[in-house]
Amino acid sequence: MQNRVKTVKELVVNMGPQHPATHGVLRLILELEGEVIRKCTPYIGYLHRGVEKLSEDLTYVQSLPLTDRLDYLSSMVNNVGFCIAVEKLVGINVPERAKFIRTMMSEMARICSHLVWIATHALDIGAMTVFLYAMRDRESLLELFEMVTGARLTVSYPRVGGVRCDVDNEFLDKLYKFTEEFPGKVEEYETLIDRNRVWLKRTKGVGVITAEEAINWGLTGPTLRGSGVYYDVRKFFPYDAYDKVEFEVPVGKNGDIYDRYRCRMLEFRQSAKIIKQCIEKLPEGPILAENALRIRMPESPLKIDKKDIIFEIYTEDKQIQEFIQKFTEVYASVEAPRGELGFYIVCDSSSKPYRMRVRAPSFVHAGVLPKLCEGSLVADVIANIGSIDIVLGECDR
Amino acid sequence: MNHAEIVKKIKERFPEEILWFVCFRDECSITVKKEKIKEILGYLKNTPGLDFDYLIDITAVDYLGFREPRFDVVYHLQSIKHRHRIRIKAQVPEQGCCIDSVTDIWATANWFERECFDMFGIQFIGHPDLRRILMPEDWNGFPLRKDYPVRSDLGDKEWEAYKELKEAAKAWKENAEQS
Repeated sequence: MQNRVKTVKELVVNMGPQHPATHGVLRLILELEGEVIRKCTPYIGYLHRGVEKLSEDLTYVQSLPLTDRLDYLSSMVNNVGFCIAVEKLVGINVPERAKFIRTMMSEMARICSHLVWIATHALDIGAMTVFLYAMRDRESLLELFEMVTGARLTVSYPRVGGVRCDVDNEFLDKLYKFTEEFPGKVEEYETLIDRNRVWLKRTKGVGVITAEEAINWGLTGPTLRGSGVYYDVRKFFPYDAYDKVEFEVPVGKNGDIYDRYRCRMLEFRQSAKIIKQCIEKLPEGPILAENALRIRMPESPLKIDKKDIIFEIYTEDKQIQEFIQKFTEVYASVEAPRGELGFYIVCDSSSKPYRMRVRAPSFVHAGVLPKLCEGSLVADVIANIGSIDIVLGECDR
Repeated sequence: MNHAEIVKKIKERFPEEILWFVCFRDECSITVKKEKIKEILGYLKNTPGLDFDYLIDITAVDYLGFREPRFDVVYHLQSIKHRHRIRIKAQVPEQGCCIDSVTDIWATANWFERECFDMFGIQFIGHPDLRRILMPEDWNGFPLRKDYPVRSDLGDKEWEAYKELKEAAKAWKENAEQS
């Protein structure tokens, strides 16, 4: 038999769109040289439903259920973000009780979302058991969601001006019990993977992002904080009741996958702490503002309080002045589990948004994949995708 | 630094470029001409005291029938150090629908500008890889423009590309059955 000489050739591999480890429908074209990635090109848009265009044809309240379908793992936070943007636009003051309920629910959604993240991320890297543990605990939270909202995943619970219905004592008792038990369960996950040699080898020193890079690439959320940058919308621009509860924002140091994992694990405990405080401090009172937008919103002009509008024009044009009076715009953002979720709404005083823009954290994070993956090994692609925590429904909108 | 001071500082540096500014709900948006947008944003990023080091978002708004020039390209900036935000809007006309790319100031602008091009058809000069991102590459028209219909205008007709796809699938199936 002849001896065959093996040479390393460049190979182009198509990964996705239907691949269990890409967390949705993400397609990556990887140009390999042996085991090393020379070039990585992501293709997105497989879940593009045109939420931004659709909402231009719906009233403000009708657009609310569309936001559920953005990041379907934490639909509550999307709803809250949208409501806050519209409230800011119209000038609605939300009652205190509603604010606390929203904060509580947002943190529940954060725990839910992080649980799915730890489950799938660990599964991708090869730790099977955590998946089962995390899903067990997520189930109890989803049941709590169901108790109040009637839905498990796409809740549509907040309203523009408050929340849909009040919480009862049974729910609060169960939730309080959950927050008591939950930190112990987080420790359970940690005993499963934190001293696991395979886990450490696959996360420590892999996919490193420096602080300057993270800011330049526009990362937010735990992905940014893992690199040691202190930025959290909840602390910088507080919304709802976040300025009335005490919590810390965990920040990493090295910016590798392990630090991002640590940040999220610490966020679990902080979220439980916030929920606990919300239950303890929950004030009595109404849950919906008096001037809240009605569900059957009439297609008449929106009453916007334009008292605090200040403008200065440097060109002499009457039309411009009318234009400024007609179009008002706001940008409001919330700290979603994945990062900063922003809503930019341009309003032409009608009952439908003239333009609604969703600033999705997953979109930005998917954009840094080429920079993260190039030069690393094929096996680390999966770890990298997991660590930046993207949901493609939000990425494509 | 509050909004008035920021506006004053930019006004001193670029007196010709700024057209107007609006403050609404404690948010400041400055409308500028598009020619020097790169210099303005670079100045905002690198000037001590302003330090807008973080680009939150780039998007566009179509004011068809309300104003000339037709488009606004909207930049949301933020300073992590000073905790302030600002909105810069550059006017882009329909004829010669282009603006300078800011990808070499912020790497995150890359995908935002691609999306903007995909949805509004605004060309970003100097962008390294300006392709469609969310829509298929052979798509006609720019979905978020106001003259693009929300509902399909095809009626009972079938979409051309879908027809081709069905034929290809049929041929493939027949081929598979024969062999």
